[in-house]
Amino acid sequence: MKTGLLIVVLLFSVTVWAQQPAAGDAVKGKATFLRVGCYECHGTAGQGGTGPHIGPNPRALESLVTFLRKPTGMPAYSPRVLTDADIADIRAYLASVPAPPPVASIPLLNQ
Amino acid sequence: MEKPKKQSVNRRNFLKGAAAGAAAFVAQPVAVSAAPLGKPEPEPAPVPLQAAAEAEGKPGSDFMVDVIKSLGIEVLFAMPGGSFGDLHESVINYGNNEKPEFYTCMHEETSAAMACGYAKIEHKPALICAHGTVGLQHATMNIYEAWCDRVPLLAIMGNSADAARRGGDVGWVHSVQDTCAIVRDYTKWDDSPMSLQHFAESLVRAYKIAMTPQYGPVALVAEQELQGSPVPRQAPRIPKLSMASPPAGDAAAVAEAAKMLVAAENPCIVASRAVHTDQGMKLMVELAETLQCSVVDQHRRMNFPTHHPLNQTLRANPAGKPVSGQPINEADVILALESGDLFTTVRGARNKPNPAKLINISAGDLVIKSNYQDFMRYTETDIAMAADPEATLPTLIEACKKLITADRRRALDARGMKLADQQRQARDRHKADAAYGWDASPISTARLAAEVWAQIKNEDWSYVTEAFWIREWPHRLWKMDKHYQYIGGSGAEAVGFTAGGALGAAVANKKYGRLTVAIQPDGDLMVAPGVLWTAAHHRIPILYIMHNNRAYHQEVMGIQGVANRRQRGVDRIHIGTKIQDPNIDYAKLAQGLGVEAEGPINDPKDLAAAIRRGAQAVKSGRPYLIDAVTQPR
Repeated sequence: MKTGLLIVVLLFSVTVWAQQPAAGDAVKGKATFLRVGCYECHGTAGQGGTGPHIGPNPRALESLVTFLRKPTGMPAYSPRVLTDADIADIRAYLASVPAPPPVASIPLLNQ
Repeated sequence: MEKPKKQSVNRRNFLKGAAAGAAAFVAQPVAVSAAPLGKPEPEPAPVPLQAAAEAEGKPGSDFMVDVIKSLGIEVLFAMPGGSFGDLHESVINYGNNEKPEFYTCMHEETSAAMACGYAKIEHKPALICAHGTVGLQHATMNIYEAWCDRVPLLAIMGNSADAARRGGDVGWVHSVQDTCAIVRDYTKWDDSPMSLQHFAESLVRAYKIAMTPQYGPVALVAEQELQGSPVPRQAPRIPKLSMASPPAGDAAAVAEAAKMLVAAENPCIVASRAVHTDQGMKLMVELAETLQCSVVDQHRRMNFPTHHPLNQTLRANPAGKPVSGQPINEADVILALESGDLFTTVRGARNKPNPAKLINISAGDLVIKSNYQDFMRYTETDIAMAADPEATLPTLIEACKKLITADRRRALDARGMKLADQQRQARDRHKADAAYGWDASPISTARLAAEVWAQIKNEDWSYVTEAFWIREWPHRLWKMDKHYQYIGGSGAEAVGFTAGGALGAAVANKKYGRLTVAIQPDGDLMVAPGVLWTAAHHRIPILYIMHNNRAYHQEVMGIQGVANRRQRGVDRIHIGTKIQDPNIDYAKLAQGLGVEAEGPINDPKDLAAAIRRGAQAVKSGRPYLIDAVTQPR
């Protein structure tokens, strides 16, 4: 029983460890987001600009990687320019961006 | 005692002499070749035109001012230049610097931009003056802007066609055989008058041409000799300006269009440069309400109130361009009113299984030239009227009203209710979009627009820069319902128009006491920043709020796209595109040019107080600049 539990714990740990790089690093992600020019179209906080807002609820990582390799409506980012790990970091940054305040709470949007 | 005969400086006499000389050369070549050899005659000195005019009375340039005044031209934008120096002097002394008032510009490109901005508010042309060579070369880009943006503008260039009268090397390099050749491809008309009578008729004609739809720039040469020569004893006459009625659609075409619009299930009005006056805006509203149909404003002018329930622009993309499933593409009949890029605008609607019918009212077909490609792609239409929309709308409205039965009225009203609901939903979506990055630094363009609106909404205001660069936020958030509240941007999409165009609009707004607001792109200001000195010097009330994204941002995205396509990385896309290292301190720049200013402002929470201070200064008659550091767009 103990052995079985140990295996389960180890397996869980390995799984978590394996997922860690995919979860991404938000701090590194912000630096990459700015370095590779995502903000030029999406704003420094992912709030949108020429392109749509992409934070704080970015699409799933796998979907994001697939999209950035062959996007519609924006330039493609090849692995040579942006690795999967970079994308994971960027995603983490976008997920960390605070949600916009409700419109009702912003007097300037209710003039 | 017989009055001594003065040295003749009269153009007519000169030409007569020149013609006689030429005739002699042609008829008696032998005589020329047989001229005795010997000591050459000393070269004649340039003829002193001014001295002659002083001696003989009123100079020609005074008469030119009389002609300018007869047309009610209020302002003259120019950087000084010797080739029109006589006219300059006549404007400020003989004309008392009133109507026109001389505004000192620091670049001829600014002069032309200011004339565009002025005309788009005032709906009449301003005058610019420039050297026929180096000055006009500077002015050309914004004369091209006027052409592409269908803006009336009068340009007068100084020149010395008579080689015998040019002074020194400068006189020669500042002279040109065909002054207006450089702008002929993008002006409606030009002329090089040979007498004051000719000048009078041509300037009056030029005004009429500029102000007859399709509007546009015109150019005239003021020969130095004409400026400096005395007015002949038999004084030239200034002809009466007889304006042509604007071209309106013919009755049969209007009737057919009305039939299609009333019968349509889902008609859509698309307007780009349709409205020039308050009356034009009223007509647009009347037509839309008569039909209870959707309206998409493409924002080259203020064509339709932003908050009107039938305004469906926000259901298209913010720039009024059609996107899949949105109002233009959904339409079964489209009424296009001076829609610039008509082909792209209607492509989706025309390519669907049941293509939309297209009615086009545009004066564009009346004025078209070959070289510059501003006429856009050829577009198939069902009804085309080579006409001015404002002039055609009254009859179109009446024709539509006559066709609407009580049953049809009920159906149309039901459609209007549905559109109103869709507009409310779209407006809510845009507000939600604005909330993203609300407190971000650099400041979001949505926050910037909202902060400006809070400070101007209770004033009589005029927003005079292109909203496209800030994602059309003013149109998405502000209540705009007067034609002067938005004038579109540059017609040719060239950098270096906006700051001057905004200032020209402010000149026009000044007499109405309007609060002029410009959200000014940084790269554009730096093309000719002397525009700020002009604002300060002439006490032109304008609030410049910098959209300081520290880049030629459109080009950043372009280079980024190329680099990505080639998979070479984007680490160097800042080279040649960013305006950083050092960052420009626009407040100090403005202060150095005599304009009160503050900034840079990075925190959006600091904006409100700054804009309040700025608006107060502007309401007191002074220009003011706020340097807001912003998101790219």
